[in-house]
Amino acid sequence: MQDNEEIMVKIRGMSFEYAGRKIFDNIDLDIPRGKITAIMGPSGTGKTTLLRLIGGQLRPTQGSIQVDGLEVPKLSHHDLYELRKRMGMLFQSGALLSDINVFENVAFPLREHTKLPESMIHDLVLMKLNAVGLRGARALMPSELSGGMARRVAMARAVTLDPTMIMYDEPFTGQDPISMGILIKLIHSLNRSLGITSIVVSHDVAETASIADYVYLVSGGKVIEQGTPEQLNHSSSEWTTQFMQGLPDGPLPFHYPATDFRDELLSGGRG
Amino acid sequence: MQLIRNLGRSALHSFQRLGRGNLFLFHTLMGVPQLFLRYRLIIQQLYSVGVMSLTIIVVSGLFTGMVLGLQLFNTLQNFGAEQSIGSVTALTLVRELGPVLTAIFFAGLAGTSLTAEIGLMKATEQLSGMEMMAVDPMRRVIAPRFLAAWLSVPVLALIFSAVAILGAYFVTVGLLGLDSSVYWSQMQAYVDWHEDVVNGIIKSIAFGFIAAWIAVFEGHDAVPTSEGVSRATIRTVVHTSLSVLGVDFILTSLMFGG
Ligand SMILES: Nc1ncnc2c1ncn2[C@@H]1O[C@H](COP(=O)(O)OP(=O)(O)O)[C@@H](O)[C@H]1O
Ligand SMILES: [Mg+2]
Repeated sequence: MQDNEEIMVKIRGMSFEYAGRKIFDNIDLDIPRGKITAIMGPSGTGKTTLLRLIGGQLRPTQGSIQVDGLEVPKLSHHDLYELRKRMGMLFQSGALLSDINVFENVAFPLREHTKLPESMIHDLVLMKLNAVGLRGARALMPSELSGGMARRVAMARAVTLDPTMIMYDEPFTGQDPISMGILIKLIHSLNRSLGITSIVVSHDVAETASIADYVYLVSGGKVIEQGTPEQLNHSSSEWTTQFMQGLPDGPLPFHYPATDFRDELLSGGRG
Repeated sequence: MQLIRNLGRSALHSFQRLGRGNLFLFHTLMGVPQLFLRYRLIIQQLYSVGVMSLTIIVVSGLFTGMVLGLQLFNTLQNFGAEQSIGSVTALTLVRELGPVLTAIFFAGLAGTSLTAEIGLMKATEQLSGMEMMAVDPMRRVIAPRFLAAWLSVPVLALIFSAVAILGAYFVTVGLLGLDSSVYWSQMQAYVDWHEDVVNGIIKSIAFGFIAAWIAVFEGHDAVPTSEGVSRATIRTVVHTSLSVLGVDFILTSLMFGG
């Protein structure tokens, strides 16, 4: 794709399995620096797993995962934690700390990793909260936030340490159209104004394609197709068309792997 | 055949958990030294763990002492030995009941709450979230809770014994008419500082270690669902109680057996 300088995350020949079940089978994938890369695929294909592999929370059974030139699975505990200071991750659930309020949640990485004076932490946190439109919600507890608000707080928290890369895990899922619009705008502006390398995992095809520079379609442990959103929309592949247009069934199976349904019914549950 | 296979599987499973538990303990202990730089974290936990247990420990200590006084007084009276009640009560409490009951109460009170808290933090991805913010949950969440729980148990055990001795005093001297100076002088004469008090403290330090380790391990090892967390809290109580009783037997035979 591009030359090395331009690639933030470089995955080569990577396989991963959960208890013998192959989730990834020898995949190659590049995340270009300073761009928004979308990783799309049906639920259960391992998109979250892929982000955890990149973040070093899981180790591949085989192959290489490089972030900014560092081989993630081989890093020492210390080096991995240093690398993570430069990565932000937005979890599907937001993963806010439930016993402290919004302000303290956003201040948390600063308090843990810096010795900034209180007044500076105060200003930085309010700046980040202002950017996601939640400066007024600073005193609320996480349990008092809606799903969309929680995700915006998590986003503010993910950028407090000014990371060079952010991974968003299904940022749009379960959002009303307005929150979705806000989130899309935020991801877009974080990328364009600060040049943050962004990985957006999603199955909201239209929304994601609207901001992505490059798209990977993942299914069944493989990268099925890749290209710009433009290229994928005009792809000749049946798989791609099915996914991009949201058709219920096609080459991408709707069903989790199972035995033949007719056999199972006929066996009367003894199968 | 099936039975043997199941037995084998569950034995294997237990050994695996034991291995994980030991590894976990190692990582927790690695996080402890750095805590002294951030003593606020321990104080915060000491406060929540200690305050949560203090009232119950005081109340149950008081009643335990009162019942003990009553029972022992009646029994000893049969032998004409009710004079020795002060020393018997104190020895029973300091050597046995104080450390053991405190550890078991502690497991039910603070231990379950630690397990549930950590388990829910895991289930709601808060621990994962911390890892990705480059904050090691072993150091930030587990180690301070472990240390606070461990430190609390011996202190609570001493409070329990002290209150229970007062409870027994209240019943035997206040209600049953034993002479106050006999109660205290007997205690002073027969309770040895090193033999009894220090050994009792050593016991409760050991029990505190067990209770703290099990509580944080079960939370961290919980299946991250509501059912998994609920099971983990049950395991905390059961495993702590059984281990404490087992270890108590071993320690007692080492300390007082010879
Ligand atoms: N901790 C786990 N243990 C075993 N299997 C898991 C675990 N987490 C996820 N899986 C399995 O891995 C697959 C991929 O999961 P995930 O990465 O969450 O998918 P996605 O995010 O694409 O929906 C799923 O089929 C899921 O059943
Ligand atoms: Mg997912």
